Amino acid sequence: MAYVARQDGLHARRPPLMKRIADGAAPYLYSAPALILIVTVMLVPLALGVSYAFRDIQLLNPFSGAFIGLDHFRALSQDQAFYRALRNTLWWTGASVFLQFLLGLILALLLDKPFYGRGLAQALVFLPWAVPSFLAGLNWSWLFNPVVGPLPHWFYALGLMSEPSNILSDPQLAMWGPIIANVWWGIPFFAITLLAALQAIPRDLYEAASIDGAGPVQRFLSITLPFLAPTIAITILLRTVWISNFADLIIVMTNGGPADRTQIVASYIFTQAFKRLDFGYASAIALVLLALLLAYSMLIVILRQWLLSKD
Amino acid sequence: MRAKPILLMTAHRLAILAYIAFALFPLYWLLKVAVTPNDLLYSEGIRLWPSRATLDHFDFVLRHSAFPTFFKNSLIVSGSTAVIVTILASLSGYALSRFNFRGKYWLVALMLLTQMFPLVMLVAPIFKILSPLGLTNSLTGLVIVYTAFNVPFATFLMQSFFDGIPKDLEEAAMIDGATQFVAFRQIILPLTLPGIAATLGFVFTAAWSELLFSLMLISGNDQATFPVGLLSFVSKFSVDFGQMMAAGVLALIPACLFFLLIQRYLVQGLTAGAVKG
Repeated sequence: MAYVARQDGLHARRPPLMKRIADGAAPYLYSAPALILIVTVMLVPLALGVSYAFRDIQLLNPFSGAFIGLDHFRALSQDQAFYRALRNTLWWTGASVFLQFLLGLILALLLDKPFYGRGLAQALVFLPWAVPSFLAGLNWSWLFNPVVGPLPHWFYALGLMSEPSNILSDPQLAMWGPIIANVWWGIPFFAITLLAALQAIPRDLYEAASIDGAGPVQRFLSITLPFLAPTIAITILLRTVWISNFADLIIVMTNGGPADRTQIVASYIFTQAFKRLDFGYASAIALVLLALLLAYSMLIVILRQWLLSKD
Repeated sequence: MRAKPILLMTAHRLAILAYIAFALFPLYWLLKVAVTPNDLLYSEGIRLWPSRATLDHFDFVLRHSAFPTFFKNSLIVSGSTAVIVTILASLSGYALSRFNFRGKYWLVALMLLTQMFPLVMLVAPIFKILSPLGLTNSLTGLVIVYTAFNVPFATFLMQSFFDGIPKDLEEAAMIDGATQFVAFRQIILPLTLPGIAATLGFVFTAAWSELLFSLMLISGNDQATFPVGLLSFVSKFSVDFGQMMAAGVLALIPACLFFLLIQRYLVQGLTAGAVKG
């Protein structure tokens, strides 16, 4: 590279062969360790998992392992628990993403204007993001527990409950437990990304708009929202995939119960693999989930391309 | 006319306070139950602060339970993962930031893909692969798995930090006769130190929080990481709320420390990882 800087015009010497090989190999050498690790620990197991979906693999049964074709998928199509898990996944993802986004957007708007103590307020409201998910789950399940938690007593005092009871053991309400924990835990994520986007909006636009007589609502609708739209779209799309796969809170708080009312597809896969040690069936469910998410992800890839081409 | 701005300002501050209260209340309650003596736990159920506070639960957890072992195991796993990931990701992030090479597009696509598909899919096959190698119920096995999971996101994060450093710096060093790797190590890496610290923090937090794979891969108490230990404690002794919450407070400490460390880089980290949370 040294003489590249010195060369003038097209007539410079070509670099010696060894150097060209070394230069050409450099980026591959830099990325090789990461690539090898990703391939061996993620891609190979992924391929293996796909093959398990067509095999009878049970950890405790040494005679299992035979190819059984589409048997798992036939069983799956009859599995009411799976359909329930699919519906629960939609409910869990939809409610969590919607509430996280709405509350996150409001928080970002509140934090966007300067005020005394903003740095501290920001650190405090973003703190839940740093809480490990298993602890967030345990923490909220304790808050919902009438023995040590205040929430049932408060709900009772407000007349929302006929007696202080645990909503996590109420089949009708149980899903709200993990959803509330998830909203608490995920608001910072939306608030942080939206706040960053808000602060990139040129301030003079707002001034110009107020001079022209635009009210706060009008300014929000015609300046803030259009500027935020790409960030909002991509964050919601990515977050939807992530949350639909996010089983930690459910595993910790309800383990899918009561009566499978909080079982989502991801926690159902984990339960099949971890409790029943039926790796074949777990992989078959996982493959279906993957296909659904793949269809959804194509949408994100297209959107990403579109956004990149716009810049 | 003057009343309106004051009203707006009050509403704004109150809304901020409501958010802070919502964010901190669960953690406050965790701490409150952890310092409540057992005899007051039931009689003073929903008082905001017990009439008498004690550190007995912390004392018990630290001296008579297996939690110090869990804590140590988690520290080893998360610390090693963070260091290894940061080394690998600074190399691959540098490649993505500074070189144009054939296959770069596919490398990026592969890394994005690993962020999209459900990791829970890999629980069973990874168990099957690691088990004959003796890497189940082993901290090394966990470190390998966590390292692979975190490398893609850390690569994008490091790449964003490298992108912020002007290329002229290495070019000047290379005119003076240094190879690119020497320039990378002696000029670029030191300038990226804040980025390296942020990456360490993000990866440490992610590894500290991971639940499903540690549940699946670890079975014995000796190798249990914090989440595994805490959950088995909860299912076995579910009445010792004070002790459980004292253990919970302990699990919170490293996460909070790293949060303070990386707070300035949250935006960069979340946009690089996007789906990582």
